[in-house]
Parts: sequence; C-alpha cells; structure tokens
Amino acid sequence: MNYFNQIATLVRKDLASELRTKEMLSSMLIFAMLTTVVFSFAFDPDTETVKKVFPGIIWVAFIFAGIMGLNRSFGGERNNDCILGLMLCTQDRGVIYLGKTISNLVFMYIMEGITLPILFVLFDYRLKGSLLLLITVVLLGTWGFIAVGTFMSAMAVNTRNSEILLPIVLFPLIVPVLIAAVQATGIIVNGGNWADTVNWFRVIGAFDVIFTIVPWLLFEYLLEV
Amino acid sequence: MVRKALGWLTFVMILAATYLVFMWVPNEKVMGPVQKIFYFHVASAWIGFFAFLIVFIAGIAYLSTRERKWDIIGVSSAEIGVMFTTIVLITGPIWARPTWNAWWTWDPRLTTTLVLWFIYLAYLLIRSSIHEEEKKARFSAIFGIIGFIDVPIVWFSIRWWRTIHPVVVDSSGFAMSSKMTTTLMFSLAAFTFLYFYFLSNSMFVEKMRTELVGIKESLRNRF
Repeated sequence: MNYFNQIATLVRKDLASELRTKEMLSSMLIFAMLTTVVFSFAFDPDTETVKKVFPGIIWVAFIFAGIMGLNRSFGGERNNDCILGLMLCTQDRGVIYLGKTISNLVFMYIMEGITLPILFVLFDYRLKGSLLLLITVVLLGTWGFIAVGTFMSAMAVNTRNSEILLPIVLFPLIVPVLIAAVQATGIIVNGGNWADTVNWFRVIGAFDVIFTIVPWLLFEYLLEV
Repeated sequence: MVRKALGWLTFVMILAATYLVFMWVPNEKVMGPVQKIFYFHVASAWIGFFAFLIVFIAGIAYLSTRERKWDIIGVSSAEIGVMFTTIVLITGPIWARPTWNAWWTWDPRLTTTLVLWFIYLAYLLIRSSIHEEEKKARFSAIFGIIGFIDVPIVWFSIRWWRTIHPVVVDSSGFAMSSKMTTTLMFSLAAFTFLYFYFLSNSMFVEKMRTELVGIKESLRNRF
C-alpha cells in the first residue's frame, strides 16, 4: 500500500468506529451547545457587548468541544494495545499522525457545521460579511488547532494524568491560531472583506503549515515502543 | 572545582552589577529611581529566552544522540528559564504601575512572555506526569522543540495589536545614555554567569541523583 492509501485506510477505520458508537461526536456536539448556553447566561445576549464577544464565543465553544474529542482520539487506541497494531502495520509513523489528524478534522467539521448555525440563531446574530470567508476561517483555524492538538493528544495519552494534561499543554501552544481566528472571524461577521483579514489568514496559514510538518516529522520519536 | 570558581565569579559579578545599578548609573530623568529595575528586568528576560533556546537545542541533541546528559541540560535549563521568566513577570508590573499607570497591558512583549511562561510550565508538568526515565526525556525533548518553534508565531500573532512596551534597542542602536548601556551590558553578563552557575549546580544535583539510584540498586542486589 502506498502512503496515501495507508492514511485513507486509517481515516476510514476511525470514521467507521465512530459511526458505530457515535461516542465522541455526540459528546462534542452536546458540550459545544452547552458552552453556548452557559455563555448566554454569562453575557446577556440582548446587549451590545455580546456582539463584540461573539467571535470569541464561537471559538471557545469549538476549542472546548475539540479538547473533549482529542482526549478520546488516542484513548481508544490504548484498548487491546491497538496503537501497537497501528505501529506494526504502517511503514512510517507519520501515517498514523496524518490519519488521526484527518479523522479528528472530520469530526470537528461535522460538530462545527451543526454548532455554528445554532450559535447564530441563539444569539440572533446577522452575518454582515461573506459566508465563504467565514467558512474558510473556520476550516483553516480548526486545522491548526487539530494539527497540534492531535500530536499533543498522542503525547498526553502516554502519561499518567492524560485528561487534565492535554488542555494545559495545548492551550499555550494554540495561542497564535486562536488569536488570529478570533480576530479574523470578528472582522468577517462585521462585514469585513478579504483585504481586511489577509494578515490574520497569513498567521493561520503559517501556523497550519508549520504545525502539520513539524509534528509529522517528530511523530516517529513520539511513538516508540 | 570549576563549579566553585564559577560560583565565586558570579557572586563578584552580581555584586558589581548591583553597585553599578544602585550607586554608579544616574537616575533616569522622567521615571526616576524606578527605572533601575530595568537592568535586572532585561537581564532576567535575556536569561529566560536564552535558557529556552538551550532547551530547544538540548531537545534536538537528545533525540539524535539519546545521551542522558542532554536531557539533564534540557530540564535544568527549563527550570532556570521558568524561574527567570517569573522574575520578568514580577519586575515588569512593579515598573509598569508607576510608569504606565497600569500593572499589566496586553502588549506583544508582555503577552508573549506570559505565553512562554505557560509553555514551559507545561514542559515541567509533562515531566512530572511520566515515570519512565527514557520516555520522560523523549517527550520533554519533543515538547521543548514544539514549544520553541511556537514562540515566534505567538510573537507575530500578538504584534498586530498596538505596542506600548519601550523599544530600547532598535536598528539605530541603544536609546540610552552610555553609562546606562554599560550598566545594562554588565548586568547581562553577570546574569549570564548566574545562568551557567545554576545550570552547573542543577546538573550536579541530577548526577548525584543518578549515582544515588545506582548505589541503592547495588545495595539491593547485595542484600
């Protein structure tokens, strides 16, 4: 099997097992919606302030739900030593990283695709900018978060207190992509165009590329028997 | 022996730096004596960044050679770096309160330093949650590399916001009087010696710890 076939097989395996249990996706979805509801209690949704914090609410909801998913991502592979099996049947450990990243991305995109419209409805927010740009920033921002998140999840699962360790090690690392994504989202929902957001897209793009390549290279060292 | 000599040299250097800061260098015209914190603030920041660079280099060296000494250098450096970054985060607000009339602002330099501090706290936390020596060394080396690569991106992402942190050094040179520059340079040197003194001590302790484990092991085998 060549490289891409191996990745595709791993992604198919993750999607199939998730489709049968729906464990991760359903808890992510419920958690994202609950976060939203909590936010609407924390900030009065009728006031002007909520218009300003709305982009932040979107991303905090996504990232909290994402952390939940990431904690599960490699957790399942620990049962019956599945991770050893994965290591034995792939030539390159990077395949496991890319496969897991893609399947985590798919779960995140599904969760975001459902949560985002609900957020707009609950906060009665009118999108002033282009929907295409908003989708682009969500896709790219999530990619950066998941690329470094999948790597850290693989690391955290090998430690004693993995569930609490993951957010602590992950949050400081995703600061750049979080800032850029929140700023870009803020500009877009308030009617900004591509020229207003291009600098933020550059930050997100640079983060995505660097934090896909570096973890992919280092994954071999992370998964050693 | 070398460690002892380094200790005394550092002691004299720090003493001299303290003299320069408090007795020799003139007060800054506008800010007054509070500006003197700058010499130790900048020196601590320099040691913080330098220590994290060493963590990065030690991480790469460990992953390619698998020699335990690189791991010891890495963790010792990370501990020192976190300590000096903490000093930076404490001395900064002390100066900022009378000067900016605020303890804290979300300026790029301040925010980056804070994020840096969190990243290396996470580094130490990863170490404390792994038992196996080899895995501990490997994971922290990997995280040291990832964390250090993240720093410039953090910096650029925060930089788009306005900055009010004084830019003392730019491409045109130092925006200070010559006595101030001398004092700053001297405290930077003194703190660098302090860093290496701490590093050698830390490595010494780590070596003794390894020896102790070895002695315990041999005693257990004998009885």
